[in-house]
Amino acid sequence: MSSAQRPDSFGRFGKFGGKYVPETLMHALEELENAFNSLAADEDFQRESSLFCEADGEGPLIYLKREDLNHTGAHKINNAVAQALLAKRLGKKRIIAETGAGQHGVATATVCARFGLECVIYMGAQDMERQALNVFRMRLLGAEVRVVHSGTATLKDATSEAIRDWVTNVETTHYILGSVAGPHPYPMMVREFHAVIGKETRKQALEKWGGKPDVLVACVGGGSNAMGLFHEFVDDKDVRLIGVEAAGFGLDSGKHAATLTKGEVGVLHGAMSYLLQDEDGQIVEPHSISAGLDYPGVGPEHSFLKDLGRAEYHSITDEEALEAFKRLSRLEGIIPALETSHALAYLEKLCPSLPNGSKVVLNCSGRGDKDVQTAIKYLKV
Amino acid sequence: MASFLKATYFIHSNSNNFQSHPFPKSYTQRLKISTSPKPLTMASLTTNAAAVGLSQTFTRLKKQGKVALIPYITAGDPDLATTAEALKVLDRCGSDIIELGVPYSDPLADGPVIQAAASRSLNKGTNFAKVMSMLEDVVPQLSCPIALFTYYNPILKRGVEKFMATVRDTGVHGLVVPDVPLEETEMLRKEAARHNIELVLLTTPTTPKTRMKAITEASEGFVYLVSSVGVTGARATVSSKVQSLLKDIKEATPKPVAVGFGISKPEHVKQVAEWGADGVIVGSAMVRILGEAKSPEEGLKELEVFATSLKSALP
Repeated sequence: MSSAQRPDSFGRFGKFGGKYVPETLMHALEELENAFNSLAADEDFQRESSLFCEADGEGPLIYLKREDLNHTGAHKINNAVAQALLAKRLGKKRIIAETGAGQHGVATATVCARFGLECVIYMGAQDMERQALNVFRMRLLGAEVRVVHSGTATLKDATSEAIRDWVTNVETTHYILGSVAGPHPYPMMVREFHAVIGKETRKQALEKWGGKPDVLVACVGGGSNAMGLFHEFVDDKDVRLIGVEAAGFGLDSGKHAATLTKGEVGVLHGAMSYLLQDEDGQIVEPHSISAGLDYPGVGPEHSFLKDLGRAEYHSITDEEALEAFKRLSRLEGIIPALETSHALAYLEKLCPSLPNGSKVVLNCSGRGDKDVQTAIKYLKV
Repeated sequence: MASFLKATYFIHSNSNNFQSHPFPKSYTQRLKISTSPKPLTMASLTTNAAAVGLSQTFTRLKKQGKVALIPYITAGDPDLATTAEALKVLDRCGSDIIELGVPYSDPLADGPVIQAAASRSLNKGTNFAKVMSMLEDVVPQLSCPIALFTYYNPILKRGVEKFMATVRDTGVHGLVVPDVPLEETEMLRKEAARHNIELVLLTTPTTPKTRMKAITEASEGFVYLVSSVGVTGARATVSSKVQSLLKDIKEATPKPVAVGFGISKPEHVKQVAEWGADGVIVGSAMVRILGEAKSPEEGLKELEVFATSLKSALP
């Protein structure tokens, strides 16, 4: 399937994707897609995040794509700004969003403050506790943060509640979905809004070493930062794409969020994709130390790339991620988000297998200030 | 019995000619739903009226000048034994069709009452096999047909074909799947038709007219009109938009239309019937009674009183 057809006009990536939502939302999804198509040609966002080389003697060369230096501390702002502009174009005055780690919530609250839009963020009770700093930031920015107690009180439940709000308020409200998941057109739109990451990487790689990256690495929760980096290179077969999910307490523990490794195909939150479910088709409670990866689903395009064999997906435990969190802080003076730490931890396994001089670009998707309270509980520094 | 069987075969034989059409983006232009209009022949009634499906039930009611009462309850709340009794109670009170919800972990179209009922049921260990087993027992004792209300993932988990076969084996006649919109129903409709299960589709106040027409053409059993923009849950009044929506739908199709979401009182039921609905669906109000009762027995008693009050508000 060439990139011109990813997704097709029904929002499908092969058998994945689609629009599995209550009928009440169907018209709004069509409106949204039309607005996106008319906007896509227009805006040209001014930004460029740097490509930073981790100094290393031998072995592969690691480059960090510094999305952590974005305003609000993660890649999430790319999508939030663009969707806020879409919402204005659609004449919607109220914005809702779901959030796990809080970064998407903060990005949404930020753009709503900037554009004068009413903002309601849904967050699971468990997440609110472990990302308290971000809850404060959202409220400081003028957003209402609504706690979700239902189900497992984490990202999946916040997403379900946001969808219910949207079903109820669809005429006045735009739902800024934070990842490449959900019903079409979201997986496509959110990918397009983050695709600047990959485009810049191509340009910077050419400037720095006159070639392309050999390997791209990114953490995968819903999959937005990874699709943002990968999309530009999907048709470049000589570029390896590696996504890293959360293995939590270990893949055999039953307490993880490694959807692409351990999940089965089903429908969650509007899209057909891999998801973690039990024998009855009920959605399972995932676990990861990082709230942003703690999601039992994954974007449908990742499911497609996995089945196609175009991208590989591995997973990293909580413990390994915490080690990487410490390591990057010590080696480079960059405190990474716990989500990003999963991708960083995978480098330990990847690099020994790569020839010297290989160019690895890792998406440094966010910074770790929000995670220090969690880290304090687990790390001796 | 023989003439009934013959009529059933005739009504469903069109499914052999079912052709799947891809749904183009502008479905208004090229969409051609290949289900032929169902003949309105009256199937001869047998002593066990549970053998009668959804559309046939509506046909009979229309001849009698009646409006269908369609309660909804969630399976397994407070427990499956009570659900089995509740189905019998509702049947006795004169329900014409009963919708039974299969509890699901992430019910997107449901408000707090039904969400809570689903959680309680799942925590008690309710699963699909247990619900089917209960139905196998109870359905032969009921005079009205059952429609299952379930989200899509549990269907996919089993495989659409296996799901339909299993459901049909219990004697269930209909199916409502709220998170599969028209474009994604191709496979479901094919398998449902093959197994003589009527797949009911939903239309809502946000559905544009042309789309609504396509939905009514494809819906089997009846057309489910969602009364308001939102999730399930009792509301103070029924939106007056329902009246004009009913009119639009009836202009588009001769198929029966039942209105659901938010309806919780005899006054609502009466109003919706007066506006021209062929059926009225009452869910959260029923679920709340069973869920909040001091004991299952109390709950069943209150359910009976409530269902009776709704039935008497209907022609």
